[in-house]
Amino acid sequence: MKWDEFFVTGDPLIYGADVSIALTTAGILFYLTYFKKWKWLWTEWLTTVDHKKLGIMYIVSAVLMLFRGGVDALLMRTQLAVPEAKFLDSQHYNEIFTTHGTIMIIFMAMPFLIGLINVVVPLQIGARDVAYPYLNAVSFWTFFIGAMLFNISFIIGGSPSAGWTSYMPLASNEMSPGPGQNYYLLGLQIAGIGTLLTGINFLVTILKMRAPGMTLFRMPMFTWSSLVTMVIIIFAFPILTVALALMTFDRLFGSHFFTLQGEGMDMLWANLFWLWGHPEVYIVILPAFGMFSEIISTFSRKTLFGYKAMIWSMLLIAGYSFLVWVHHFFTMGSGAVVNSVFSITTMAIGIPTGVKIFNWLFTMYRGKIEFATPMLWSLGFIVNFVIGGVTGVMLAMAAADYQYHNTYFLVSHFHYVLIAGTVFACFAGLVYWYPKMFGYKLNERIGKWVFWLFTIGFNICFFPQYFLGLDGMPRRVYTYSEESGWGPLNMVSTIGGFMMGVAFLILVYNMYYSFRYAKRETHGDAWNGRTLEWSTPSAMPPFYNFAKIPVVKSLDHFWRQKQEGKVEKLTIKDIKPIHMPSNSGVPFIMASFFFIAGFGMVFEWMWMGALGLIGVFGTLIYRSFEYDDGYYVSEEEIIKTEKISN
Amino acid sequence: MAHAETHDPNTPLEYRSETGRLNILGFWIFLGAEIALFATLFATYMVLTHRIADGPALGALFEVKSLLIQTFLLLTSSFTCGLAIHEMRRHNVKGLMTWMIVTLGLGLGFLYFEIQEFLHFIHEGANIGTSAAWSGFFVLVGTHGAHVTFGIFWVIMILIQVARRGLTPATSAKVFISSLYWHFLDVVWIFIFTAVYLMGMVMQHG
Repeated sequence: MKWDEFFVTGDPLIYGADVSIALTTAGILFYLTYFKKWKWLWTEWLTTVDHKKLGIMYIVSAVLMLFRGGVDALLMRTQLAVPEAKFLDSQHYNEIFTTHGTIMIIFMAMPFLIGLINVVVPLQIGARDVAYPYLNAVSFWTFFIGAMLFNISFIIGGSPSAGWTSYMPLASNEMSPGPGQNYYLLGLQIAGIGTLLTGINFLVTILKMRAPGMTLFRMPMFTWSSLVTMVIIIFAFPILTVALALMTFDRLFGSHFFTLQGEGMDMLWANLFWLWGHPEVYIVILPAFGMFSEIISTFSRKTLFGYKAMIWSMLLIAGYSFLVWVHHFFTMGSGAVVNSVFSITTMAIGIPTGVKIFNWLFTMYRGKIEFATPMLWSLGFIVNFVIGGVTGVMLAMAAADYQYHNTYFLVSHFHYVLIAGTVFACFAGLVYWYPKMFGYKLNERIGKWVFWLFTIGFNICFFPQYFLGLDGMPRRVYTYSEESGWGPLNMVSTIGGFMMGVAFLILVYNMYYSFRYAKRETHGDAWNGRTLEWSTPSAMPPFYNFAKIPVVKSLDHFWRQKQEGKVEKLTIKDIKPIHMPSNSGVPFIMASFFFIAGFGMVFEWMWMGALGLIGVFGTLIYRSFEYDDGYYVSEEEIIKTEKISN
Repeated sequence: MAHAETHDPNTPLEYRSETGRLNILGFWIFLGAEIALFATLFATYMVLTHRIADGPALGALFEVKSLLIQTFLLLTSSFTCGLAIHEMRRHNVKGLMTWMIVTLGLGLGFLYFEIQEFLHFIHEGANIGTSAAWSGFFVLVGTHGAHVTFGIFWVIMILIQVARRGLTPATSAKVFISSLYWHFLDVVWIFIFTAVYLMGMVMQHG
């Protein structure tokens, strides 16, 4: 392989990206060295097993990926703003919509939610950490390395261009030669390991680490939604693992699972992909539902309406999520009977979702509603998500789907559910739990500007796309003719897209602004909350979370304590030494070996792939022989941290 | 988490530490994920089993003798693995080591015959690239074989730790978890035996 094949060349946009990556890297290296931050980076972050810090790293990575995926989106919108534009050529456009979709789902939505789950769930259940803190670090670093491997594709070797669904035979060696598609396969495979481990980790955490008295039906709704999500992850992700592995074998070792030769079956890929892919969309929406439940309850000052109905509807959704996958390809020859069955299951899944919508509305009914920024996002979610849901039921009708399939109608539908559902939830959750993570709130005035600009921009961007779709505009086309008449609505859509981009920049500015100017919280209860994470005396919980594990007597235990004026104060005799896990650099090193293995296999340099895998096994063995039982935090240190004087 | 706890004297050693209990539960859940993984491979294999293109039919190359030897070795190894855990419960380190080493020996024997069989198929003109059916066969059975290989190395590492440290709540939990893994592979083999080999030969010879 020559150098000009190794690095992507010839496109000024890519050269610009090369320069900005080089400058950013140099800037970070300079900062770390000049301010002597290397040791701080290693001991505080790279080796941490603290769920709150890992959560923050997840969220920071997700925000970076949101930027990357968002730039991809704006490049596409720029190309589509006017008919027959020459901004991007077809190959470049294909690469961009592929990376946009993959990054937004796998490397933005999931880590954003998993990050918030990491920060919040152990606190909500009154635990000092997760069940397997070390494994949690492995999860984060494999996700991070998988994301980085996928992301470098556009400057080294070329990006995948077969869509985030990577249908065969389009994704085969014949039609997608080169390393691009391999980046997709290996990047997702490595990140998928982390996701599966997160699933096991948090399932056990929620089942086994709850504070005394917190029965399953006293758990906060966000914890419940996380529990259900973890179950879906555990059963869905192995399917993706297999599907990716089989396609990797097809591309690297000449097997015939999905190829046209050797009697392979291309539709098998579509089935396996969506057998994972549909549960996946519930993996990214259920935690969002959980967050909205917490936020709406908090800012209506009322207990969540229909608590048990919420739980049962989530369990139903989780079950249904495995029974609807064929609706992603009604037009691909499954036949009338099969299509009818999946049409009905798909419509049925709207019922438990509708139950939840009504529960949120009834929670607000007669509540004392406070329009804080997280609440605004939640209200915006209800309105916009319903539009996405209703168009989803339209798509669920198999016969009608022949009209909508592969058009902008579908594009608009899934952006209405994924943005108004997942992205709104990420923003709402970020703002809501920001004081828990950093000790101060994001500025509310700027936050409301972000909300309105983003929500209006979102509707300007995507509402016209329903009409473009009904008018026949297919998705994934890099340009269209003047005569099609699609120009004006596309221009409107592009304007909306850029409004969302501006709103994102203001959100980031708000982080900087609030870091500089926001009033620091003096206690742990920033929003007059209901659940245990708000019961810590300090704004940011200490690394051991709770000096004394709370004893839970009811749902919304902390809220009731406040109502009854019975919030317990810590006293010296409550303090006992606390056992905590030790930090470890092994997860980071293991993930680095995964990177070497993945990179080698992307370029089919098998020696390098083998080397990386040997390194991975080496770190596994090292860990197996390491007997580290953690350490105890002394009573003096806890007393000092908790500022107990009596 | 490792601090002194009081126990019913009948509590097995591996359940006596918080970490041990959590790890065992977590591993059971991991086996749930493994079931999803193998179920996907089985489904793939069954969809593709008749898509043989220009290559030989699957059943035409299967041999009863090799199959029975492999099955006998692996099923016996599951039994000896159970004996090893039984000895562990009796705090008999020597018995545990002996039976685990027998288990590993049987596992190695299984691998030897499986590799022989694969080489035989390849010699007969059936490899991973021959047809969709053979791709499905090699990846399903090969994934199981890779699991056995991984298990052998894993158990060796754990036995070294037992030899060094004796039976503690930590080491016994590791032994117990590896035994769950070993039994699981045995169960998967029973499905491979039925769905791949028996059905393949019945379809062939009718």
